[in-house]
This record gives sequence, structure tokens and C-alpha cells, in this order.
Amino acid sequence: MATFSYFPHTEDDIRKMLQRIGVSSIDDLYNDVPGEFLYKGEYDLPDAMSEQQIREHFAALDSRNTKLKIFAGAGAYDHYTPSVVPYLAARSEFSTAYTPYQAEISQGTLRYIFEYQSMICELTGMEISNASMYDGPTAAAEAMFMAIACTKKKTRVLLSDTLLPNVRKVVETYARFHGVALGNIAQKDGQTSLESLKAELEAGDVAGIIVPAVNRFGIVEDFTGFADAVHEAKAIVVEYCDPSVLAVIKTPGEWGFDVAVGDGQSLGLPLNYGGPYVGFMACAKEHVRKLPGRIVGQTVDAEGKRCFVLTLQAREQHIRREKATSNICSNESLMALYVTIYLSLMGPEGMHKVNSLSSCGAHYLHDELLATGKFEEVFTAPFVKEFVLKPLVPAEQLQQALLDAGYFGALATEEGYVSFCVTEKRTKAEIDGLVNVVKGL
Amino acid sequence: MKYYDKLIFELSKKGRTGFSLPENEFCASRNCGRKPSGCLCNALPENLRRAEAPALPEVGEVDVVRHYTNLSQMNFGVDTGFYPLGSCTMKYNPKINEEVASMPGLQALHPLQPASTVQGALEVYYNMEKALSAITGMSCFTFNPCAGAHGELTGLMIMRQYHILRGDLKRTKVIVPDSAHGTNPASAAVCGLEVVVVKSNADGLVDVADLKPLLGDDIAGIMMTNPNTLGLFEREIGEIAALVHECGGLLYYDGANMNPLLGMVRPGDMGFDIMHLNLHKTFSTPHGGGGPGSGPVGVAARLEHCLPLPRVVRNGDGTFGILGESDESAGKVSGFMGNFGIILRAYAYILSLGKQNVRLAGKFATMSANYIKESLKECYKLPIPSVCKHEFVFDGLINDGSRPEETAADGTVTPAVPGATTLDVAKRLLDFGFHAPTIYFPLLFHQTIMIEPTETESKETIDEFIAVMRKIAEEAAADPMILKSAPHNAPISRPDETRAARQPVLKFRDAE
Repeated sequence: MATFSYFPHTEDDIRKMLQRIGVSSIDDLYNDVPGEFLYKGEYDLPDAMSEQQIREHFAALDSRNTKLKIFAGAGAYDHYTPSVVPYLAARSEFSTAYTPYQAEISQGTLRYIFEYQSMICELTGMEISNASMYDGPTAAAEAMFMAIACTKKKTRVLLSDTLLPNVRKVVETYARFHGVALGNIAQKDGQTSLESLKAELEAGDVAGIIVPAVNRFGIVEDFTGFADAVHEAKAIVVEYCDPSVLAVIKTPGEWGFDVAVGDGQSLGLPLNYGGPYVGFMACAKEHVRKLPGRIVGQTVDAEGKRCFVLTLQAREQHIRREKATSNICSNESLMALYVTIYLSLMGPEGMHKVNSLSSCGAHYLHDELLATGKFEEVFTAPFVKEFVLKPLVPAEQLQQALLDAGYFGALATEEGYVSFCVTEKRTKAEIDGLVNVVKGL
Repeated sequence: MKYYDKLIFELSKKGRTGFSLPENEFCASRNCGRKPSGCLCNALPENLRRAEAPALPEVGEVDVVRHYTNLSQMNFGVDTGFYPLGSCTMKYNPKINEEVASMPGLQALHPLQPASTVQGALEVYYNMEKALSAITGMSCFTFNPCAGAHGELTGLMIMRQYHILRGDLKRTKVIVPDSAHGTNPASAAVCGLEVVVVKSNADGLVDVADLKPLLGDDIAGIMMTNPNTLGLFEREIGEIAALVHECGGLLYYDGANMNPLLGMVRPGDMGFDIMHLNLHKTFSTPHGGGGPGSGPVGVAARLEHCLPLPRVVRNGDGTFGILGESDESAGKVSGFMGNFGIILRAYAYILSLGKQNVRLAGKFATMSANYIKESLKECYKLPIPSVCKHEFVFDGLINDGSRPEETAADGTVTPAVPGATTLDVAKRLLDFGFHAPTIYFPLLFHQTIMIEPTETESKETIDEFIAVMRKIAEEAAADPMILKSAPHNAPISRPDETRAARQPVLKFRDAE
């Protein structure tokens, strides 16, 4: 029987266990299942593979992907992951643990989540962070619910036209089923328009707005006047932000906003074809009771030793059941550990340097691309690592030419612009190589 | 496990760094060269810069490695020991899964790369969809949801979308049994559905007589867990499915308890129209201390058009493509295609099971649960004695050691001794190197202890657990205080949770 390494049962074990239970075969334990539901056919699965076969199978799969230099962003950024990060996060005491409900034997998880919450508060300038969420777009959807919960009776949430399309689509899906009405804040010169915002607020019934710190054109938005206008209308401001860039740009806390959400992928997580990533969510103190997800707090044990526990759990779905305003049950704990270790290694200086290198590379690429004469500048607003240009050649042809040469960039926007992103991983030689491809078009 | 009391912030020393980044080769070419990091001064005007750098720790690489290694040593994982956590399926997490999911080539793929450049990744999705469909009897799957509760929400969105597309707009209620996981009603509420509770009968099963009057043209569907949270197979599922379908509703299968049915019963064959799976339960991917998981949702063929997008399709020429948009899709529920890294692990697990071993997983899980149940029912109250599947519940100790206040003939009063509770049993287990079971859930009993051993635990491990549970019962009968003051050997004793909630300290700055 013990021919499969994950099942330890010997013939003798099975016999003894069945004897204690008082049945003659394991199948007898399924006598309560009506016979028609017991599956008698053969499962349409491959034959069981040995470990070596699995390794070879994955190597073959991997060979069918194309290795590319990444010059694309749009919500997933090719930043460098220091070797220490996956090395430590792979420790099985972290990775094979359950949610830290038994605090006495989960202090490792609880402590790093507390550190994570502290670091997210540092980056966002907010007062309270939860223990993390699925990803950025779903965190934005949760923030929309939070706006409704914080403001009672109001039913409308406004989304800036400059949000990333995948964030907007997820928020729209959640809103449609929950019954939240969404409004749009128009853009002007690539930035969320204060005039449009004010007009929408005038129309009334606005619970909150969601605006991006760094928008889908890569622009670092100027939110002067936003907090006052929205708070005057008794609504809240949610900022969707790239936490890596928050290390250098004005924070949602400094803008006077209420909630900060986004994706922590840019803090040391590999691209991983889209997941797992980690959503973050932080807010001002006054909104803590409406903040979804888990929260870790500091306390003492029976002997007065400092320790950490999941706290404020009365807010959570498993207590509130159908009265819950969020159904979120897990966090992305292990990815929050990636973020925590990454930020520990980088520190304030490392984070500044990552942004500085990315920014210098991105501005260099921006200028070099314009110099080829194959693009027109669209916006002049400040950017850090991501920007858009208007291509004078068809966008598809441009992207394909780059792919053929081993570069992935020039993502098309709905307006027909193309976006590029440069992180600290991209060298000058790689950028020059990309520019040469463009010159040859 | 040893207690270690540092936070990374407390190791910080100004000027120390733990990173290694290349020199800036661009400054010269942009003439900004005030200092190597000066470019940002040009890129960002003053009013868009933050006033102060974030107060992140300033630590060396060695500090970081030691700190997190020390933290890990205060943690219990499946690799540390037995985790009899009911409804959580804490099975062994195979190491080859970790290896293949960490392949640099797979980790380097950008989620927006064109299909032609990610054929290998798309093939993983395609093969997984085929495999999960074969195992569950569903027609097709979406991998967009990142967790079980996310899958539930997605499944309910699909359910509503199906009714909406048919113009059947009255169906705004969903039936949920009283024994359901707490996420079920919460997911329904988030999806804009009204929850109607159906009661359990004395056998712990959905009460069909109670269900019938709830059914009508306002019912979108029913959410069921089978086996349910008491570990009992819902024998009348055939009749329930017929009744719900007759009223025009759909059946949702909560896959949290799929493990005992793995290789034995397919939810699709029982009449379920929509279901989610927890890859981090049934398909062996690690729980990660609370995520990341993956909660793919499968549907019957007639619901395929409602699946959220994107999803992988096979082209006529055998290559794989990405379906990104459609008018009928329920929408988009997460940032990209799904938790690819988790799906890779589950795929490796399915390949190792193959059509042969898949037959055994559920059976062994069920055998082990029944073995523990039969071995401990002399010491713990067994409210429902019938055969269980992968898990079962006790309702606390038979003898909790409580004693009433006694007044002797000479008038001396011996104070009452409070009995040991389920919480006390759970905490005492930690002293013996076991994780606690799930406690106080489901809510049908007052002292619930929910035990799920999974198929990957050996008889020796299980026997050791049984012996410890018996010893704890003896201790309780003799002196409940031994349990009440437990754990004695963990890095900390019981935390003051009231203080944590009343005087919240939620970040390092609050603690300073």
C-alpha cells in the first residue's frame, strides 16, 4: 500500500485502524454515500509521475515561455528581489504554518505581520494597516465598501479615469453585485481633474473617491485641494498607490487622505505571471472599526512578556457572518513576509536608491525614445519609473518588433499611447538595445 | 521553541544597510549629477516629494537573516508537527512543488505578456482546468480567485450573473445551512444576496422539511458543504439538488471539505452547478501562515459564459490563447489571471497523484478521522456518533473536573472548581508538540472540538495524538488547573487579548 511517498499507511496499519473503527474495509466508511454518487469511472488524469518526471515536465513547460527583458509595468513591476528574501520566506516554520490563531506557537508569524503593518504605515503615512489582502485591485474594491460603511446611507463612489484598468474593472465588478453606484472623475492633461471631482461632489450622494498616486500614464498626481473638497462633502478619499514609489513621493497621509491601498508586489515580489501578490490597506485611526481583514496587535502574556495576537476580531467575517461588510478571511501572509524582509534589507536609503535608479533609467529611455523621432510627447507632468508616449508607428508593430528582439514593453493604452517602465534592474546597455530596435523601425 | 523578543526596528542603527544595488550609470547622461541619487530632485517637484524618508529599519544583511530565523523558531508549521485542524486540511506540503514553483523562468513572467510568449504558463492553466474538471465532474474552471472566500464570492457572482442574463431578476436570496462556514453568509452579503438560514436536523444534516418552504422564485441558490462542517455526508443531497433545481435555483459547493471526496465522489455528479476548491487544502499547497492560497471556481457547462475573465483557451492550431473580455462574463475579480505560483504547486501535486494515487487520498483521510473518533469517544463527548468523513466534532470533555462548592460538617467551605473547557484542552495540546484542533466551530455545540487528521499522517503520529488527548482528559478530571494554566512549554503563555483590543498597539511607533 505504501507505494506513494505522501501516504504513510502500511497494510498492517490499515488493518489495525479498520479493526478499531469496526469495519472491514475503507469503502464501508462511504456506505452513507448513495451508490449513484460514488465515482466508478477512471479519472481522466495523467499517470502518476515520479519526482524526476515532474521536474522534467516543468522544465519542458518553462522552455515554452520566452525570456524577455521587462520594460512593462501597469501594476506589476520587475524590481530586484534580494536572495535573502525568498531564502528566509521559504523556511517551513513560516510557509507551512496556518493562520496564527494559536498565538502561543505563532509568534513568528504574528511578529512579522506587526512589523509589516508598521512598515506599511511608514510608507503610506497612515496610522493603521491591516495584515494584508489578496492583491491591489481587490484591496481597492474593499476600500470602496469601506467608504460606503464609513459614510452610511450614501451609495456612490467615484473612480478617477486615471486608475489602472485592472483596478477599475475589479472595483466595477464588486460594485455591480453589491449595489454600489460608481461615478467617474474625468482626467485633464493625464491627471485626475479637481474641477470634475467638484462637479461630481456637487451632484451629491458620494461616499468616497478612489484616485491613483501614480496613475496609468505613470504620472505622479498632484492632489492639491482634493482632501478638503472631499471631506467637505463628508466623503472619504482612497489613494491607490505603488508602495515602492511611496518611499519618495508625498504620501496619502501627507495629502490628508483617509485610506491607502495598493499592491505590495513592487516590494520584492517576483512577477510570477501575476501572482501571488499582496494587497495592502491602511487607514486613519478614526476608520479602524471599518477596516477589513486581519490586524495584529501587541499585548503581554500571563507573565507580562511582550507578545502579539490577532486583535479587533469582532470586525471579521467569521464572527459577523451575514452582517459582515467584507468576506475576506485570509491575508497573503507569506507575501507580507516577503515585503517585510525586503523593506528591512532596503531601509530608507535602499528604497531611495531603487527609485532613483528607476527614475534615472526611465527618464533616459524617455528622452532617447523621443530623440528617435518615432514618438510624440503626450504629457509633461512628473513621473518616476513609468511613462507614456504617442507612437508614430502602429503600437502593435512596435510591441512585436520589441518582442522579436527580446524586450517586453510598449503596452498600449486605450488612447493609443504606449507605456514603458524601467526599474533598477534595467541597465543602460539594455535600454540602448531597446532604443536601437526602435531606431530600426 | 525559544522565546525571542526583538522587533526588526529595535535592531536598527543609522547608516547600516542590507542591500546591494548597482551604481547609477545614468546621472552623467542627464546632467543632474548633484549626487548619485540626485535624479529624483529633477524628476519630482518639491510639493510632490515626501517630507521625510520612511522610518524603515536600517539593518545589515546578517541582522535580517538572524532576526527572521529567530522569529521562525517561535512558529509551528506542518513540517514541525501534527496539525489536526478541522476544516483546514493541513496535509503535508510536498517539497518538489516548492522547487518547481520557484523556477526562475516561471517567476520572471510579466502578467501582461502576449500569449505567444507564455505558452508554457498557459499550458499549466489549461492542464489544471482539465484535471480539476476530471476530479470534480465540473465542466470548466476559473483560476482568478486568490483564496477560498474569494472563490465563494466569485461563485456567487457567477450564480447571480446567470440569473441576471436570463432576465430572472427576482432571485436575490441564497440559502445557507446553520452549520456553514462563516464565510458563506459573509460572501453572500458582499455579493448583494440576502441570506436565508436552513436548520440542521438532529442527525446534523440539512433538514429537508425545513428547506422546502424556503424554496421559491426568489431563491438564487443554496450554498452547501458536503461533507458538512460536522464531517457528515449530506445523504439527501440528491433530493436537495432536485428540489433546488425545481425551484429554479442553483447549487453551490463549498470545497473547503472536498478532501474526503478526493478520488471518491465528484460534486458535479451530486448536482452541484458551481463550486470552489481550496488548492491550499485539498491540493497540498502550503498555507503560508494565512495565505497566499488559491480558490479556483468550477461550473457546469451551462454556466461557462458567466465565468470571470481572463481565462485560458485552446486555439484551433493547438496553441493556447487568453480570453480577456466578453459581454456575458461576471467580470473581473482579481488583478491578473490568478495566484500562478500556487497553481504551479497544486499542478505538481496532481501530477504526483496521477489517476492511480488520487483514488487513495480521500479514503485515507476518512479512515484516520474515524480511527481518532473511535479512539477518543470514551473521554470526549461525541454528539453525533455516526460514521464521519475527513473530520468530526466532539463537544468538550466528558469529565471536565469541575466540582461544586462544598461545605464540610465543621463549616469550612471548599470553593467550587471550574471545569476545563475546550479552550483549555487546545492550549494543553500545545505543550505536547501538537497544534490545537479547530475549536468553538461549528456553532451548533458549546464546546466544539473539530478534528481533521488528513491522509498524510502515519498511524504512529495519530496514536501519539490519541495518547496525549487521553492524558489531557485524565489531567482535567484530576486537576483542571493543569489545563487552565497551559501552555507551559510554548514561547509565551496565554496572551492578554482584552488588553490588545482595549489599548490597541498596532505598529512599532505606537509601542515606542
